[in-house]
Amino acid sequence: MGEILLSITQLNKSFGTAGGQVQALRNVELQVQEGEFITVIGPSGCGKSTLLRIVAGLDTGYTGRVTLEGAEIGGPGIDKGFIFQEHRLFPWLTVEKNIASDLPLGKPEIRRKVDELIELVKLNGFEQAYPRELSGGMAQRVAIARALLRSPKILLLDEPFGALDAFTRAHMQTVLLDIWRRNRTTMIFVTHDIDEAVFLGNRVVILEPRPGQIRRIIPVDLPYPRKKTTNSFQELRLKVLNAFEKVDELELTDGAGI
Amino acid sequence: MSEGIEAIVKTAKGVREARDYSGTAPVTAYKNVRTSSSDRKRLLSDLGTSAAIPAAVIAVWQLAGSAGLVSPEFLPTPLSILSAFAELTVSGELAHHLGVSMGRAGTGFLIGGILGLLFGVLTGLFRSAEYLLDPSVQVLRLVPHLAVAPLIILWFGFGEVSKIVIIISGSFFPLYINTFMGIRGVDNKLFEVAKVLGFSPVQKLRRLILPAALPGILLGLRLSMAVAWIGLVVAELIGSQSGVGFLINEAKQNSNTEVIFVGILIFAVVGKLIDTLFRAIERTFLHWRDSYQG
Repeated sequence: MGEILLSITQLNKSFGTAGGQVQALRNVELQVQEGEFITVIGPSGCGKSTLLRIVAGLDTGYTGRVTLEGAEIGGPGIDKGFIFQEHRLFPWLTVEKNIASDLPLGKPEIRRKVDELIELVKLNGFEQAYPRELSGGMAQRVAIARALLRSPKILLLDEPFGALDAFTRAHMQTVLLDIWRRNRTTMIFVTHDIDEAVFLGNRVVILEPRPGQIRRIIPVDLPYPRKKTTNSFQELRLKVLNAFEKVDELELTDGAGI
Repeated sequence: MSEGIEAIVKTAKGVREARDYSGTAPVTAYKNVRTSSSDRKRLLSDLGTSAAIPAAVIAVWQLAGSAGLVSPEFLPTPLSILSAFAELTVSGELAHHLGVSMGRAGTGFLIGGILGLLFGVLTGLFRSAEYLLDPSVQVLRLVPHLAVAPLIILWFGFGEVSKIVIIISGSFFPLYINTFMGIRGVDNKLFEVAKVLGFSPVQKLRRLILPAALPGILLGLRLSMAVAWIGLVVAELIGSQSGVGFLINEAKQNSNTEVIFVGILIFAVVGKLIDTLFRAIERTFLHWRDSYQG
């Protein structure tokens, strides 16, 4: 850790809807250091996905500055890995071909890297399986391997485990932390699960909705691997929860609908 | 580097053995494995099921004919049709006419199919091409292509060209429409993946659009082939000196009802065989599909 990898300053983003302009993000400021694991949490509609998609280059039309290694985000590309909530694998390709996608598996260098990644995400024996034959957790691991093969500078994860059951989700969290501790890939992880946010992140960014803005950033200085049952974990969890309750109050007084 | 990998491998294995919560679903991967003998049994019983109705019809038909209940000029018995078939096969006539017919259908289908595919890809990929071409194509599509056949004969005469043009005009549309629909049906979410993975336009076409549109394209291929086959019959019945359609027409003039039946059967059987071939192609290329199999 040390160098600032991603810098977001004065970020504003509005959407035009039938009912007029809706501000999705207001004055978002965030500096992410190299190798950091950031979790972003907030209720639905707080703009957390929009924030991630802007960093990925998928959403444009914002004001403010978003730079990766000092350079403005031009558009989507392999330097910014993106994991969607659904695995979004190509259904006609096997696991290993999905990981390679447009890169030739025939090249010894690619072959070796794909094999390493299959080990890393623990999918040995399923190289030739098709997506329909995989469980949700396995498919999401393939998606992670596909992103990692491109050695992204930053990995953006948009509620990647949201559709998984509690056991698989806990398992995937350990797998992801394992990958992070080995590769030191900078991560921004969007979730709506407080436990997940505290379990994974170096810092938890709490967004509040309408308009989406950062309410608090809570550093989590617990050593890894973390245990969800310890007192220190629970204290931090409460701290995040408290910040949330204030968000909820705000929402109610604003009369904003759910 | 390699040391690091070994360490990764070790932990990876450790974790997998310790708690692989996500290993519940892959049983489906092996669901389709069956023993070959039960496979064969199932196939035989399937065949038996589909053959029951035709077998019963043929039996009743033969009995009615043998008992003299129907006139042989009106409805020859299956056995006399079989002997006419044998005669035509031995003389080599059948092979000759069938070869000519298949050549025509194949040529027309090939040209019509390639054009349909080409136009379908163009209109599917480019909005401007869609606006330019699709309305005209849709208008032409709604004209029954057999209604245009007299015009085609007027323009191209009674020779081979008009027959092939009739087949082309039929086989173009199914492939065109299904290619277009196949491309427009590609999941938008996968386009985002292509963006994030930095696909070039060529890669997007080759790695995303064409594979995703393949089910539609193959369906179009099958429908085009069927239409080509129908166009062939019409083209040959209108006027020709060879082909299975000619065989039928000639038999009609000579009141040789058995041969008419042979011709009809040949059209049915060869058509079905071609359809089966295309289904097999579909199964080979689309085995990744996760859809209801019945």
